[in-house]
Amino acid sequence: MIPAQFDYVAPTSVDEALAALAERGDDAKVIAGGQSLLPVLRMRLNAPEVVIDIGRIDALRGIRDDGDAIVIGATTTHAEVGASSLVYDNAALVTKAVEHLADAQIRHRGTFGGALAHADPAGDLGAPALALGAQFVIAGTGGTRTVGADEFFVDLFETAIGDGELLTEVRIPKHTGWGAHYEKFVRVAHQWPIVAVAATVKADGGTISEARVGLTNMGSTPLRATAVEQALVGQPATEDAVRQAAAAAAEGTNPPSDLNGDRDYRRHLATVLTRRAVLAAAGG
Amino acid sequence: MTATEERAATAEIGRDRRRKEDQRLITGRTRWTDNITLPGMLHLAMVRSPFAHATIRSIDTSAARTSANVVTVLTGADIADDQGVIINAWPITKDQVSPTHLPMPSDRATFAGEIVAVVVARSAAEARDAAELVDVDYEELPAAVDLKESAADTVLAHPDLGTNKSALWTFDSGEAGTGGDVEETIDKARSDGIVIEREYRQQRLIPAFMEPRSTVVDPTGEQITMWSATQIPHVLRFALAATTGVPESKIRVVAPDVGGGFGGKLQTTPEEFITFAVARRLGKPVKYTETRSESLVACHHGRDQWQKLTLAAEKDGTVTGLKVELLADLGSYNALLGGGTPVLGAFMFNAIYKFQAYHFSVQTVLTNKTWTDAYRGAGRPEATFAIERIMDELAAELGVDPLEIRERNWIKHDEFPYTTVCGLEYDSGNYEAATERAKEMIGYDELRAEQKQRRESGDRVQLGIGVSTFTEMCGLAPSRVLGSLDYGAGGWEHASVRMLATGKVELVTGVSPHGQGHETAFSQIVADRLGVPFEDVEVLHGDTQVAHKGMDTYGSRSLVIGGEAVVKAADRVIEKARPIAAHLLEASVDDLDFAGGRFSVRGTDQGLTIQEVALATFAAHNYPEGIEPYIDAEATYDPINFNFPHGTHLCAMEVDTETGAVRMRKYVCCDDIGNIINPLIVAGQVHGGVTQGIAQALFEEAVYDDAGTLVSGSLVDYLVPTAADLISFDIDHTTSPSLTNTLGTKGVGEAGTIASTPAVVNAIVDAVRHLGVNDIQMPCTPERVWKAVQGVGAGGDDPTAGAAMPHFDEQEGGAQ
Amino acid sequence: MTKIQLTVDGDTVSDDVEPRMLLVQYLREKLGKTGTVIGCDTSNCGACTVHLDGKSVKSCNVLAVQADGREVTTIEGLATNGELHPVQAAFHECHALQCGFCTPGMIMQSVDLLNDNPNPSEEEIRLGLEGNLCRCTGYHNIVKAVQTAAGGAS
Repeated sequence: MIPAQFDYVAPTSVDEALAALAERGDDAKVIAGGQSLLPVLRMRLNAPEVVIDIGRIDALRGIRDDGDAIVIGATTTHAEVGASSLVYDNAALVTKAVEHLADAQIRHRGTFGGALAHADPAGDLGAPALALGAQFVIAGTGGTRTVGADEFFVDLFETAIGDGELLTEVRIPKHTGWGAHYEKFVRVAHQWPIVAVAATVKADGGTISEARVGLTNMGSTPLRATAVEQALVGQPATEDAVRQAAAAAAEGTNPPSDLNGDRDYRRHLATVLTRRAVLAAAGG
Repeated sequence: MTATEERAATAEIGRDRRRKEDQRLITGRTRWTDNITLPGMLHLAMVRSPFAHATIRSIDTSAARTSANVVTVLTGADIADDQGVIINAWPITKDQVSPTHLPMPSDRATFAGEIVAVVVARSAAEARDAAELVDVDYEELPAAVDLKESAADTVLAHPDLGTNKSALWTFDSGEAGTGGDVEETIDKARSDGIVIEREYRQQRLIPAFMEPRSTVVDPTGEQITMWSATQIPHVLRFALAATTGVPESKIRVVAPDVGGGFGGKLQTTPEEFITFAVARRLGKPVKYTETRSESLVACHHGRDQWQKLTLAAEKDGTVTGLKVELLADLGSYNALLGGGTPVLGAFMFNAIYKFQAYHFSVQTVLTNKTWTDAYRGAGRPEATFAIERIMDELAAELGVDPLEIRERNWIKHDEFPYTTVCGLEYDSGNYEAATERAKEMIGYDELRAEQKQRRESGDRVQLGIGVSTFTEMCGLAPSRVLGSLDYGAGGWEHASVRMLATGKVELVTGVSPHGQGHETAFSQIVADRLGVPFEDVEVLHGDTQVAHKGMDTYGSRSLVIGGEAVVKAADRVIEKARPIAAHLLEASVDDLDFAGGRFSVRGTDQGLTIQEVALATFAAHNYPEGIEPYIDAEATYDPINFNFPHGTHLCAMEVDTETGAVRMRKYVCCDDIGNIINPLIVAGQVHGGVTQGIAQALFEEAVYDDAGTLVSGSLVDYLVPTAADLISFDIDHTTSPSLTNTLGTKGVGEAGTIASTPAVVNAIVDAVRHLGVNDIQMPCTPERVWKAVQGVGAGGDDPTAGAAMPHFDEQEGGAQ
Repeated sequence: MTKIQLTVDGDTVSDDVEPRMLLVQYLREKLGKTGTVIGCDTSNCGACTVHLDGKSVKSCNVLAVQADGREVTTIEGLATNGELHPVQAAFHECHALQCGFCTPGMIMQSVDLLNDNPNPSEEEIRLGLEGNLCRCTGYHNIVKAVQTAAGGAS
């Protein structure tokens, strides 16, 4: 199917993009890779009057080392993030989550910032971003502001990005030396996860000293399993100890019921997958 | 080396020829219907009902009409007189209740997705833009959605009909004189034997061929030409002519490259009829190509049955009687085969087993959902699933290996030909040999040992081995039998062989391939039969002006019926060429031998190839008195029996009892499809067929919500498996040539799909049976498997939740 | 209308297009490159896969205007001087296609996969093709064809 008519602007700087957003406001949609937006437009679930393509703004693309954090430009593709040793060395959880995000073609086009801004609770990047305490840099006509991951995800498909604002980059605090694993549960490979668990742990001599656990598709936003994180501290990375800690994984979650499973099943899955993710993360 | 030996050495039949079709397909030089563009061609967009059941109060097309580059907007009322009627070719009973199926109704929409208006514009995009502006005033009516509730007439799908019950079709071996009284066997088993009663669900599936349907109609010539992505150009032409009043001779239907069908394109569709009507009205070429979303909601669906089975057996496990009661969901209309689809399974529940008595009934039911019809296997997968599942239950009841219970009851190889409790004569087969080979391939005993070990150690991952010893009936035929079943057509097939002056051979066949590889396989048959090079044979098909007679492609009929017509036509060419060759060689007809493509005069080195005879016949300078200078020939073949492939499929599944996730470890099958023309093509059919059956077992389901909206209406939610969800298969064959056709072949197009579904489900149930599970409803989702292991159901009536997660949401905030 | 100029299968092409035009439509409708096909509207099926600047993308999920200034290769540009690309040849050799509708996308993705990983395992091939649906082959022979093209067929 074919999208409804729209105007198209392709700014080459953030300022130009913000100006275009200010001018067209509610009628505008921002497109980066377009891997989530184009199906929406094709099925005419949405018909913006103007599409602002930020894919030609060079400043938004790339990965850099910024001291205690790595910074991923909003329009950096999943494939680029997945191939980055800088990301792998300092935030392996992101690499693991990106590895099996959608499929190869979509990873070539889809962008890191775009997927996060789309804020699908079943998206693969929200839970890792939350677990790693990512900071979202949002530009507006009045300047830029930085929002923590815990405030960025507001609701289903809703983020802290306001009208006229643009997500420009994501800062991920370095977790150098932390083990990481993204445990994704699907029925067929090209599916959004029914539930997924993003875990990254710091283990010294077989004992977990710190842990971060994020949950995908267990509520209207990505969630952090803080009870599990706390329970893991000081525990040996053994099946039994992790099982006990992971039992709290579904606490405070509000998962959906759909074709692939009801909420109780998802809550059960969350505990099993959390155990597996943490053990895999601790193991390597 | 004699000519016979030479020919045998170069035999085309049995050779793994690479396909002739491939060159164009791998280079993108294809002719899909949607690739066709004609001067001044207009484009259609359909306006479809969002409601499962609604009265159409009024349709305001004014805004759409004034939209850019719109030519016209038409409603059902506008084309009432010339739109034709969608036919049901198989009224299964004399009193079948069946609503009239107009391509575009004007008064009432009967399923979500039914077409209520059509926009014609200069581009497809502009047609879609305007379609959004068509304002339909609907009054929503209660919708008949659930099959069982609909069978009870709780809500009527068509209030004017007074009932949802369309037809009750029965077969009873006692009444037919083909076996005993089933109730007697059940009563006896209740007192001194074993009775197993089960109810199984055949979920609704969507064929999901890769090429969305597309139709182009050009009315500017003397004949109206329709190109369509269809399996059945000949049936389509007949249906258009029969219901629109346009003479059949004024209609040409072409099926160009067609991207898969699986039964899904065995239909004459509202979209085709509307496109035809619009083209005639405007006198302009028009095109309609559906989107995937439209395809999923409007292309006919398959399966959708409740199956109640009662199996009677003696104490030692010898089966005696089988009673089958089906409820089958038709959707909102009786489709082309309609209620005939479950009837195609009626003679297959008894399968390969020697039942004494059998009773079958199917109640077809109208609902406000997408119509259902043939989907790969059509009736036989449903039957095979149910019998192969319940045979496992009988084995479990007796505590014996599922293969043992089958062996105790199947027809032995020396009992063929065997007349079944349904009165069908199975011509050939060897269930013992196929099973032995399959066991060896999978390492049956080793797997059983591993299963035992995993059970004993309480392993988190349990192992199950699933069995399916299937047979099926394919090649819908003979015509007289079809007539006795009130089927609206014959089961014959036609072929003609044209000998060109240059020695090239054109084979015209009435079958209409859409991926099967007939161009290659039929070339092999002709090459062998006429002794001409494989490369010299061109296979023509799928155009009613070229292949004027045909019954098209479905039901694994093309080779076993169409191939036999090819053989007969080729043999006639030889017979017609013989006197001309004799004349040219100045020999007596009786002294001529034909072998390896050459007529030779016995006892001499004199001879002429058939290609040389073709040239001489073209020149016609020298031929015998009293005959025509013409060696082309045609043949119509009406089979003498159905065709019964069989095989043993074994599947090993691992079940993660903690999450319910299942993983296929190994899949092997040994099929007996008689003689094989091209093993490469056969392997492809088996791989693909098996995969579609696996997909039913594990992944696919068309799910409706309570309002009658298709929830799995995109490929996001209708889960067609990917390469990453499957494994490589291990396949082999035994060969019991069919006795009902010259080539000894049996159909293979549907065999894999028919066989694999119960093998997979049996394996999953087998893995967790010791945990108290005896059924898991399809698709066996991790959630269902997990619930079954937890002992909270998942067998029987466990409907899939009617909700899907939005991933492409209109409400999204900052997508970028 | 927006003016775009790009390279498709080695040729420079330039057109005024509506911004809403998808790359796949541009290829099919404006350039007549009908070898690339449309199989779905949710970017699941991968039938429309082409290479954009040397990387596989789903051309139904890219606007034509987004391809401005870039280089596109379709199934029709894969063979060189009439010689089939090794992946095309392997698909033929291994009977990796039946109806052929998914084939252009499947071949283009297989080429991309082998560019990234010249010697993939069966599992890597299967995962690498997860964005392409085939309804005919059960993928068995497609996997074999990719292995054959990689030279690693056993």
